[in-house]
Amino acid sequence: MKIKIGAGILVFFTLMALLGPLLIGADPAATSSDGLQGPSAEHWLGTTQTGQDILVQIVYGARISMGVGLLSAVIATILAVAVGLVGGYFGGAIDETLSVLTNIFLVLPALPLIIVLAGYLPQRGVASVAVVIAVTGWAWGARVLRAQTLSVRRRDFVEAAKASGERPFRIVFFEILPVLLPVIATSFLATVVGAILAEAGLSFLGLADLSTVSWGTMLYFAQTGQALLIGAWWWFIPPGLCIALVGTGLALVNFGIDELANPRLRTIKAPRKRKAEATA
Amino acid sequence: MRFLARRLGFYILTAWAAVTLNFLIPRLMPGDPVDLLVARMKGNVDPAAIDAMKRAFGISDANLWQQYLGYLSNLAHGELGRSITFFPTEVSTVIADSLPWTIGLVGVATLISYLVGTSLGVLMAWKRGTWLDGVLPAATFLHAVPYFWVALALAFVFGVTLGWFPASRAYGLEVEPGLTGEFAGSVVYHAVLPAVTIVLASMADRILGMRNVMVTTLGEDYVVMAEAKGLTSRRVMWAYAARNAILPNITSFALSLGFVVGGSVLTEIVFSYPGIGSMLLKGVENEDFPLMQGIFLVISLAVLVANFLADLAYVVLDPRTRQEGQ
Repeated sequence: MKIKIGAGILVFFTLMALLGPLLIGADPAATSSDGLQGPSAEHWLGTTQTGQDILVQIVYGARISMGVGLLSAVIATILAVAVGLVGGYFGGAIDETLSVLTNIFLVLPALPLIIVLAGYLPQRGVASVAVVIAVTGWAWGARVLRAQTLSVRRRDFVEAAKASGERPFRIVFFEILPVLLPVIATSFLATVVGAILAEAGLSFLGLADLSTVSWGTMLYFAQTGQALLIGAWWWFIPPGLCIALVGTGLALVNFGIDELANPRLRTIKAPRKRKAEATA
Repeated sequence: MRFLARRLGFYILTAWAAVTLNFLIPRLMPGDPVDLLVARMKGNVDPAAIDAMKRAFGISDANLWQQYLGYLSNLAHGELGRSITFFPTEVSTVIADSLPWTIGLVGVATLISYLVGTSLGVLMAWKRGTWLDGVLPAATFLHAVPYFWVALALAFVFGVTLGWFPASRAYGLEVEPGLTGEFAGSVVYHAVLPAVTIVLASMADRILGMRNVMVTTLGEDYVVMAEAKGLTSRRVMWAYAARNAILPNITSFALSLGFVVGGSVLTEIVFSYPGIGSMLLKGVENEDFPLMQGIFLVISLAVLVANFLADLAYVVLDPRTRQEGQ
């Protein structure tokens, strides 16, 4: 159930990002004389200070926001897989070093580090912002994958692969990696949420490419345009809502997978004596 | 106390890593920060500022190792360079002025969020299958919401539209800062919306985390035994199940602190709260690299200290960590 709702939300936003701009065909940056208008039949979600249509911006913004999130999560997951699996499998000094590195990046506050790194970027394009976010976002996945690798590496099929003389590189990436795919998938989804939020925060500070429309830059312009004081709620509510909904969709899929693995987490009504006693 | 000693060692290592990252970033990123600044300001920079910046970064003709040593010794004397925005004020002074606001706001909000979130998580696991399950979808939504967007929404509804709470500044213009009840009242009144933002946005992870661990703990034999003994359900819930479920939760709480601080920094900007977040925005707007880096360093160290406090709490709650060394 959770997976279905979550996947539904994600399919909706993915379609919006892929097909929306083709269907609408308008320019998200195009200004008009209808500034700061509330939602109407002509502009479903109203307009910005310079008369840009907010719905058009939301649709185009989906591409950048979700694109940066995905790209950054792909890079971060590759890093996480490499660090987690190599450390977990080889153990010893390699594992010690990689674990300390992982824990350091886990404890250091990501956003301030991203801000400092982004501040130094000569050009803040989509790709460079995604890389900067990925650099700070791989540690959690690496930690989870290392723990899983530790439990897998003593299994029979790994021993068999070793005995048949396979090289360590092959064992890690062709024997162990496929077994961990479900874990990698959930850690990937969680990383996407973090990356989308990080992109939004960075854009909100004006540290992303402000010439492209993303949900984060929309919020930046709403904040600098005093949307709050003017009372233009239609300007800043939709982009944040979209970020939160995409995140909810990803989280629902993730929690759904967790519940498949651990049925106790489910919410279905289970008549238990404890419940009756507690409410009595 | 082997556990604490090991953790302390790790934090010192991490602090060193943060300091070294801070040193390396301007040198490894493409382009010289000073040239970058001069170019962006179209040459419109005070030569004294350029000089101060070079000194702040320790950029000189000396080799990298000597620059590093010089940087470390500056840092040991609390020298973080001079801010470009507030030139010629020292970065350390700017930070010292704003840090107390952030620590007060984020500290209190995080404590409230932890207590409320954890209690809700315990209750939700205990009363699984009742109306409390309705909190789950809300928590899932809040889990993914950007802090600054919650801030914008709250400021709009309760600040601008209803006018119940002030939506900017840390205290009213009419009160004199000082140790008076009036000033304290104004500070608390102004802190309500930012604090509620942080509590709302950070609580979801505590609820979900605690619920999941607690649900697993409820299946343990010692919980069944406590029930079989006929203990009151309140006692079983808090003293048996929650007491044990809270341990893994403290670890995840400590690790989430960096994230909470990052979100709080953005929340401050929405509310023009005079903390470190608003300073960070000024630094970003003015390409004030010494200020940005000083703030990164201070936030990192603050998070490390908070992590160590969480470890102390862990030791108090888990007797096993105390026996390890004996």
